[in-house]
Amino acid sequence: MSSKGKTVSPLGLRISAIGGLLFLHLPLFFIFLYAFTTEEKSFEFPPPGLTTKWFGVAWNSRPDIWPPLYLSLQVAAIATILALIFGTLAAAALSRTKFFGRESISLLFVLPIALPGIITGIALRSAFDIMSIPFSVWTIILGHATFCIVVVYNNAVARFRRLSGNLVEASMDLGADGFQTFRHVILPQIGTALLAGGMLAFALSFDEVIVTTFTAGQQTTLPIWMLSELIRPRQRPVTNVVAVFVFLVTLLPILAAYYLTREGEHTGGSSK
Amino acid sequence: MSPAVRFQNVSRHFGSVRAVDGVSLDIEPGEFFALLGPSGSGKTTCLRLIAGFEQPDEGHIEIFGETVEGVPPYRRNVNTVFQDYALFPHMTVGENVAYGLMIKGVEKSVREAKAKDALAMVKLGGYEGRRTAQLSGGQRQRVALARALVNGPKVLLLDEPLGALDLKLREQMQEELKSLQTSLGITFVFVTHDQGEALSMANRVAIFSDGKIVQVGTPTDVYERPASRFVADFVGSSNVLPPEFAASHSGTPSWTSLRPERIEVVSDGAAIPSGYASVKGLISVISYQGAVTRITVVTEKLPLIASIPATTSLRKGDHVTLAWPKAAMVAMGESA
Repeated sequence: MSSKGKTVSPLGLRISAIGGLLFLHLPLFFIFLYAFTTEEKSFEFPPPGLTTKWFGVAWNSRPDIWPPLYLSLQVAAIATILALIFGTLAAAALSRTKFFGRESISLLFVLPIALPGIITGIALRSAFDIMSIPFSVWTIILGHATFCIVVVYNNAVARFRRLSGNLVEASMDLGADGFQTFRHVILPQIGTALLAGGMLAFALSFDEVIVTTFTAGQQTTLPIWMLSELIRPRQRPVTNVVAVFVFLVTLLPILAAYYLTREGEHTGGSSK
Repeated sequence: MSPAVRFQNVSRHFGSVRAVDGVSLDIEPGEFFALLGPSGSGKTTCLRLIAGFEQPDEGHIEIFGETVEGVPPYRRNVNTVFQDYALFPHMTVGENVAYGLMIKGVEKSVREAKAKDALAMVKLGGYEGRRTAQLSGGQRQRVALARALVNGPKVLLLDEPLGALDLKLREQMQEELKSLQTSLGITFVFVTHDQGEALSMANRVAIFSDGKIVQVGTPTDVYERPASRFVADFVGSSNVLPPEFAASHSGTPSWTSLRPERIEVVSDGAAIPSGYASVKGLISVISYQGAVTRITVVTEKLPLIASIPATTSLRKGDHVTLAWPKAAMVAMGESA
């Protein structure tokens, strides 16, 4: 490892790598920059002046921000809870038993995240129509849960596979029933994986647009509110202020999830 | 008094595989009992049937007179030492040992004291706060043992308990397990594929082949009087003599076992002692094994293996006369 770390890569490779990263991340910088611009009707570059007044405006005089924010938080929270329950159950079932068609079912679980959101959206919309389920907060939550389950499932199934089946048997042998075994042996082993999966799921749901568009009725989630705001040439920097907020709300859990799973792999490895 | 473990005609199938096939067995209280057999012979499945991880498809199992079909592992008064020890990696050594007591709702100070005693019993006093990852294989084994014994099981099950240890440690643990079992008086049932381990540790041995028990007896029984060619071959090594050969050397006309160490080399011209049978042959293989030297002698009818003192001056190609007490020939059943 250490000798590899010292090798110097060719200059061209380094420049193209830096270029690629800039291309991916520079637009984020503009989101931040335009949150401070003094020009409110269009995104002019360079900004004619810098101000922090839009943060005040967003906080004090734009009550239309709050209902979409609350809705997004609510949807993300409930979808994450559903995902934690069903994703864990599915991972437990599929990692512990072998049966014909197991791989196919595993693929079916992972499919919603591989499918384009628009397919999931259309499919759900027609399904809700056929079943005469009115569009509501709950249809949004169900839509989000389809891909949230995948994230939790993926995190949990990897950890379950490392969990020796003997630990469960050992726990039962020592007098613990199924629930006690889950609480004292399984949960401590998969806890960080679930936390990480849950945070990723929350972040995914919080900024989801496409599936939401197809499964929402009159409700507006925060990303949808932002989309509609961009069309109106009024107080545009307020949208950027909200975007900065969304950025932080989703970035922090993802970072935490990254560190949690990394640490989990580390301890999982050393116990072997 | 009812037996510690009773199997009545127990079968367990996995698909078309009869892992355990019509096994009947009584294990007496206080016995150190070995289930011996090659891999896939059904011995581990039998252990799992006692523990409750498997349920019989047919037959009846009792533990100390109580029927246990349908009783889950956590309601059986038996504990298991797993082959890979199955220590909980997120708990300390002390928490591992106290786990069973914690589940039973034993008060914290009491269970910590009991865990401490159990660890001292397996010579790991003072290890309560260690992480399991910091332990060697032999120490993990001892923790697993303490974790099982602290619950005061009526039967202790051990699955290939010494399989993962090196030779020196294995011999040491054999001694310790034996003395533990003697001092605690608990019934120990252990699974092994190592005949030496079974013979040296157990009071009685059941030998498994293809899901069936082929012989149950004391180590001396199964070694000295193997019931079948399989047992003769699996427990130690043996010359299996066909009926005609046995009959022509004053044995009974049936398949007969003759242990290599019972065969002696008679020096040229010396008389064959009375009560001995003998045969002439040529040494085709000679292999030095430390304590003894093993020779393969080609005779007119069949090759014979003999263990002779390592001080021998015999060489490959020498003509020798082999002799053995007639009583050393043990007639067995026809079956393989």
